[in-house]
Amino acid sequence: MKRRNIASTLISATTADPARVSPYLLSLPAFLLFVAVVLVPIAMTVLLSFHDWGQYKGIEPVLILKNWREVASDGYFHEMFLRTFRVALLVTLLTAVLGAPEAYILNRMRPPWRGMFLLVVLGPLLISVVARTLGWALLFGGSSGVINKALINLGMISAPLPFMFTETGVVVALTHVLMPFMVLAVWAALQRLDPQVENAAASLGAGQATILRRIVLPQVLPGVLSGAIIVFSLAASAFATPAIIGGRRLKVAATLAYDEFLNTLNWPLGATVATLLLLALVTIIVGCNRLLERRYAEVFR
Amino acid sequence: MTYLVLDRLSKKFGEQIAVDQLSLTVGRGELVALLGPSGCGKTTTLQMIAGFQPPTSGSIALEGNDLAAVKPAQRGLGIVFQSYALFPHMTAAENVAFGLEMQGIARAERDRRVAQTLALVGLAALADRFPRRMSGGQQQRVALARALVIQPRILLLDEPLSNLDAKLREDMQIELRQIQRTVGTTTLLVTHDQSEAMALADRIVVMNQGRAEQIAPPHEVYERPATAFVASFLGRTNILQLCANADGVQIGDGRWPMATTAGPATASIRPEKILFAPSAQRNAVSGVVKTRIFQGNHWLYQVDTPTGLMIVIRQNTGEAVPSEGDAVHLTWRSEDMMLKVPGEARA
Amino acid sequence: MSRNGPLALAFHGAFVVFMLAPIVIVCAVAFTPEGYLSFPTQGLSLRWFKAIARYPEFITAFWASIWLGLVSSSIALTVSVPAALAIARHDFKGRQTLTALFMSPLMIPHVVLGIAFLRFFTQIGLGNSFLGLVLAHIVVVFPFALRLTLASAVGMDRAIEHAAISLGASDMVVFRRITLPLITPGLVSGWALAFIQSFDEVTMTVFIAAPGTETLPVRMFLYIQDNIDPLVTSVSAVVIALTTCLLVLLDRTYGLDRLLIGRGRDEA
Repeated sequence: MKRRNIASTLISATTADPARVSPYLLSLPAFLLFVAVVLVPIAMTVLLSFHDWGQYKGIEPVLILKNWREVASDGYFHEMFLRTFRVALLVTLLTAVLGAPEAYILNRMRPPWRGMFLLVVLGPLLISVVARTLGWALLFGGSSGVINKALINLGMISAPLPFMFTETGVVVALTHVLMPFMVLAVWAALQRLDPQVENAAASLGAGQATILRRIVLPQVLPGVLSGAIIVFSLAASAFATPAIIGGRRLKVAATLAYDEFLNTLNWPLGATVATLLLLALVTIIVGCNRLLERRYAEVFR
Repeated sequence: MTYLVLDRLSKKFGEQIAVDQLSLTVGRGELVALLGPSGCGKTTTLQMIAGFQPPTSGSIALEGNDLAAVKPAQRGLGIVFQSYALFPHMTAAENVAFGLEMQGIARAERDRRVAQTLALVGLAALADRFPRRMSGGQQQRVALARALVIQPRILLLDEPLSNLDAKLREDMQIELRQIQRTVGTTTLLVTHDQSEAMALADRIVVMNQGRAEQIAPPHEVYERPATAFVASFLGRTNILQLCANADGVQIGDGRWPMATTAGPATASIRPEKILFAPSAQRNAVSGVVKTRIFQGNHWLYQVDTPTGLMIVIRQNTGEAVPSEGDAVHLTWRSEDMMLKVPGEARA
Repeated sequence: MSRNGPLALAFHGAFVVFMLAPIVIVCAVAFTPEGYLSFPTQGLSLRWFKAIARYPEFITAFWASIWLGLVSSSIALTVSVPAALAIARHDFKGRQTLTALFMSPLMIPHVVLGIAFLRFFTQIGLGNSFLGLVLAHIVVVFPFALRLTLASAVGMDRAIEHAAISLGASDMVVFRRITLPLITPGLVSGWALAFIQSFDEVTMTVFIAAPGTETLPVRMFLYIQDNIDPLVTSVSAVVIALTTCLLVLLDRTYGLDRLLIGRGRDEA
């Protein structure tokens, strides 16, 4: 009897009046889950960054700034984070420059091509990142890489193009992996556009280039920017791709944290890197989103 | 005879008053229209009767029983929503059968009544079709059938025809009237379309900002509007500000003798009550035709007069009519003009 | 809208090649008859596909991934339905914050989540356990399930429920006969997307998966760290094939763009 009442109370809350049982009850399971499994672990990680660690004593639960000082002062860490954000920026630029036009071109296609190519471009998003990155390793990996071998055989180059364990390689592979996110964001923005607006501009005498520059681009820009935010944060925190392409020699923030945690076992230091990465990204994302909303809210309300 | 009684029904959303002390009695079998512009409280009133919004104060009684205690699922009302709200995953027949299913009616009896009601609304052939494969007019009929089949005590129609195009709307108005007369269900219709209200209703409740400004049969609401709002909401009217003497009113160069008090007053005269006098006369105001629009069965004029722009509608009888730029004399009978002196309820 | 000119189509062609090349190459190399990575090949052979059978750790990891995906996406979906209905239909204080909280796993780098879970689970004794893995995956796929469930709930005309109530349906009947059938397409696609996200997840999982509970992507990743040989390409090819089938199915039934954004290519 009691169980039936709870169930029907929950059901009631999903139907008619807002005056009925509270939505707080409905969201409770998810809320509890998140507090327990997201907020607490993150808090613990931040806390961990303040702990001490020694090779023999292990983790000592004190509160000191040793790890933070180390990260702040050691040039190694500066170089790591600089590289991480440099790579992320390059990837963002590449995906924007290549992905936005592609989304526009896709939008202008007629079905069935449209749907088909959308599948081709967005589909990789759902294919394992390990498999995709493996493909890049196969294409350019040293002298046995397919492309390198072909170019050498054709006599176009004498030595294999450096790819594995280079920053360029990581940037290219990440661009491929994250491209669908940019295309998706721009595509979503394009869906909101009224196709007649372009026709209206044309009827008023605007040429194709002008239409692109003065009509389409300003409306698509918020989509590009929100895609850029997503791509940047994913690129800065990327793990699998830099691990495979960059290897041990070329570390980024994520692989550095991995190293500290699972190889060196200096958990507090690893936690510090992770916390720093989280803080940096959250600041950037929230800041950019605010800016985006403020500048473009009037246009798209 | 009083079937539904609304007694000083009010609804407030925070500080905002949506419905203000609305009192109304509806007789059995009557079709009453709640008419007014958007935001006047008509839909909120309907929602309170249906039970989806609790009243802030006042009461609703059906056949003498207070409805406040009755849950929406048990009120036994048939509702046609503005968006039709058909169940998209059920066929027309299944949609119509749903209410009967909830009442626990046996299959055979259900099917019989569903078939009967679908035939009543003219959709017998579409029983197995899904809503997304139907036109707006067909969906509207399914919604109507679904509400009627349960033999509701009251039928609530929320802007049922507003999503249809003009010609279809007119046809549906006639059909709706016929169906309601046939079945005899007490009906409450919410609409912002005054011609719809006048076509369908036995009585009209003209609402403005939550209040009922007039409750009367269509003819009376039109010919004898109680307030300036009612006069301008139903049909077109010319509102003239003038100064009255004890023995009549002066409009431009025309005089209309009437018994009235001296002082500022407002006169309203319907465009179709104005005639073009062949020449200047005492109770005619002269003016110049500014615009003339042909509307098929009538002509619409805008005439520049000393008291302002006046609208005149003349039936298209095939006779010669004035053109743009012509000098004309507008005349009408004194009894067709409604005079209102500030402070008086009605002249 | 005017058509695409030759320049645009050429760019598009190059773009498509760029997107497909790595995936195609993996599948192509997987068919090599040689004992080492080589392309192009003298013929096609299934030897490396058959070789998978000799590496039971890949097969175990595959089933672990499937099982993990099924459990975590199902639970995530079940928990997301009441939350989505609450958010979609009620305007309550804290609604924005709650939604942000539920969507936060999208914003938190998976590497940070992996570290956080590693620390958390070790502290509470769930380290190296399947339960810990499940909990982590539920949280990570939850935003995807929620987003699609939310889109379904929001897209439903509330008047339909009111209509059912006015016809005498009890709340239970309304939920079972009206609400649930109408949001089910969104639920199914939400579940499918959550499953795929869980199946592919590697960054976070690599921190918390122990040798006994490794998922397929983790196993592949660790293998690649040591060497790259045709075996891992054949495993990848199988994964790619399976994912592609699921992808095409999802696109046909729901629309891939609708799945990923919430609005379809032909909807306004």
